[in-house]
Amino acid sequence: MEDDVFKALSDPTRRTILDELAERPEQTLFEICARLAMKHQLSLSRQAVSQHLAVLESAGLVVTRREGRYKFHNLDTAPLEHITERWIRRPERDPSHDPQESP
Amino acid sequence: MRINLASVFVDDQDKALRFYTDVLGFVKQADIPLGEDRWITVVSPEEPEGTQLVLEPSGHPAVVPFKEALVKDGIPYTSFAVDDVHAEFGRLRELGVRFTQEPLDMGPVTTAVFDDTCGNLIQIAHQAV
Repeated sequence: MEDDVFKALSDPTRRTILDELAERPEQTLFEICARLAMKHQLSLSRQAVSQHLAVLESAGLVVTRREGRYKFHNLDTAPLEHITERWIRRPERDPSHDPQESP
Repeated sequence: MRINLASVFVDDQDKALRFYTDVLGFVKQADIPLGEDRWITVVSPEEPEGTQLVLEPSGHPAVVPFKEALVKDGIPYTSFAVDDVHAEFGRLRELGVRFTQEPLDMGPVTTAVFDDTCGNLIQIAHQAV
């Protein structure tokens, strides 16, 4: 799972897709394609964008929601939180606040 | 040569005529019975002699899966010009129109996409002056 996240984030187009989903949730494939083309001059085919979204989805960074006939894409930052927890140094815990901890 | 007619496939012609006139503000031009269906066209009041939009029945078996696939990916079937997408978005949303893409400024053009309630997504757009 974590390897999938690193792989997903390694591509600049996929990072741009995440930037755009962070700006506005609930985007259709069409809106994502339009944003990439018009705001970022990324002229990818719809199929290529679909494939990028599939990589992001398998890494858990993008979740889709179906509502009737529509399909909307959303950013999920939970996998990024797991990554930061891996290296972030936490403040030392004060043992007086945790009486059950053995010395 | 010039473009005289354009069409959208609608799942219910009566509902479509109401939506395209009462909500969008187009004007009925033709309404001719043709067997089970009708030949219905609407036109923009801003351009009464302009291109007519045919509200075409979606009875052909290929039409419904085609429309559903477009809607799922948010792809508009066609696009109409407006003076101000933000203003039109506000007006239509007040009337209960469902948007799949809120107004998006994309450099020279601003667009939004809404559901026409007849099985299509429609884009509205204006060019920056």
